[in-house]
Amino acid sequence: MRLINRHPDRPSRLLLVILPFALVLLAYFLGSAERLTDNPNDKLLPSAVQMTDAVKRLAFVADTRTGEYVLWQDSASSLRRLAIGLGISALAGLCLGMAAGTLPLFGAPLSPLLTVLSMVPPLAILPILFIVFGLGELSKVMLIVIGITPALARDLEQRTREIPVELLIKAQTLGASTWTLMLRVILPQLLPRLLISLRLMLGSAWLFLIAAEAIASTDGLGYRIFLVRRYLAMDVILPYVVWITLLAWLMDWGLKRLTQRAFPWYEGARA
Amino acid sequence: MSFITVKNVWQQYADQVVLEGLNLNVNEGEFCTLVGASGCGKSTFLRLLLGQEKASRGEILLDGQALAGEPDSSRGVVFQRYSVFPHLSVLDNVALGLELPRSPLLGRLFGSAKKDAREQASVLLHKVGLGHSLDKYPAQLSGGMQQRLAIAQALIMKPRVLLLDEPFGALDPGIRKDMHQLLLELWRETQLTVFMVTHDLSEGFTLGTRLLVFDKVRIDPHAPGAYGARITYDIPLNSDRRAHRAAVDALPIELAGTLRTA
Repeated sequence: MRLINRHPDRPSRLLLVILPFALVLLAYFLGSAERLTDNPNDKLLPSAVQMTDAVKRLAFVADTRTGEYVLWQDSASSLRRLAIGLGISALAGLCLGMAAGTLPLFGAPLSPLLTVLSMVPPLAILPILFIVFGLGELSKVMLIVIGITPALARDLEQRTREIPVELLIKAQTLGASTWTLMLRVILPQLLPRLLISLRLMLGSAWLFLIAAEAIASTDGLGYRIFLVRRYLAMDVILPYVVWITLLAWLMDWGLKRLTQRAFPWYEGARA
Repeated sequence: MSFITVKNVWQQYADQVVLEGLNLNVNEGEFCTLVGASGCGKSTFLRLLLGQEKASRGEILLDGQALAGEPDSSRGVVFQRYSVFPHLSVLDNVALGLELPRSPLLGRLFGSAKKDAREQASVLLHKVGLGHSLDKYPAQLSGGMQQRLAIAQALIMKPRVLLLDEPFGALDPGIRKDMHQLLLELWRETQLTVFMVTHDLSEGFTLGTRLLVFDKVRIDPHAPGAYGARITYDIPLNSDRRAHRAAVDALPIELAGTLRTA
């Protein structure tokens, strides 16, 4: 039988899902064990015990100086920045994309501008953001906003244009004005596409967040990783990376479930 | 004075002439079927009537007034595909037509007004045979059911003109027969003037009270775009239905009303 026609059944699919993760973990712990037998003070590939100790210290023991639990404090700060940044970007991207995609008079000046803006590497203007918005929360949120809004807006503009023109004509024959047409026909059809777009942007958003935290911050997941880097504390860095990955995956999964639940009519939601 | 007057209409894209020298008078309540080869401008003519496009030359009058330059609620339309809103339930697809004109700010009604609109929509949907699927989304309906929905959606606006662009082109023959019956019933009950583009000649002959054939009279083999299509045949059909419609129109309004809904 051709390879293209061979599908895994349920148990073998599960096995195939787990397999690569298991292999990666196996390779890591074999390497770690080998290095640690050579040199018990090796810091590069910490063992599971060392990492568990580090996590216990950061997550369940209050910091002696501030009295806070570092991991949760870092997570809360980072997630707050991320949520505000993503929220502002989603709103701005939706408005810009919908206006550019629906109204030719708005699209004419907006589309080329958004195309050019989305080509500006956000990290290159990070220093400008620090100069303009200071070193506080605002500049970190702004980096996320500036980083993902143009791409979101361009994507949503494209999605708006994919709405069949027949539907727009039909709405006009049903007595819609430009405003009510956007409100009742275009917006509801864009919302699931916005959520999908956001899922694809999550990776970039995390990237910008960690970059901003690494450079100027006093807490946050990115800050912690770059702080302990000085002591080569891989036992902290690796669990933090896993934790960030888990958070990002949960957000992705949550957005996917939300798309399916809130927009049952949207066939793309199943993907 | 005829209801729709087409005066010397030309439609041209760049150097491609699609329609040339179109002249036509249509009375209120006529059922015109438009047939012709692919790409001969039937659908273009329909788009002109809809206001989706503007004629390069000439004018179209509706009731003596120049046609509005954009689609509006005086002309309903059913396309072959994409006629219904995928994000609204069957009921809301039809109720939308009642909500939009009455709520310019939110495009949505609330409370008893909303209930009212939904009730009206539900009556119409029962009439077109969709009474049992009010809460479904269009994607859950078959092609024929979606077109029934699209027709109901257009009719809730009580338009004076109904434009159909190959509405049954994607349906299988059995369903198509049912749709013909439904369409004729609705046409008899309302005072609708219908323009229907079709590829199916027999459909054109059975449904219409008037068959308009679009064809190119002049062809220059060296410049295929130089000449456009005209209406080459204008055939009156189904004289019984025409006579019935004329007789009804001659009656006093109160009587005519009861006859139409009968």
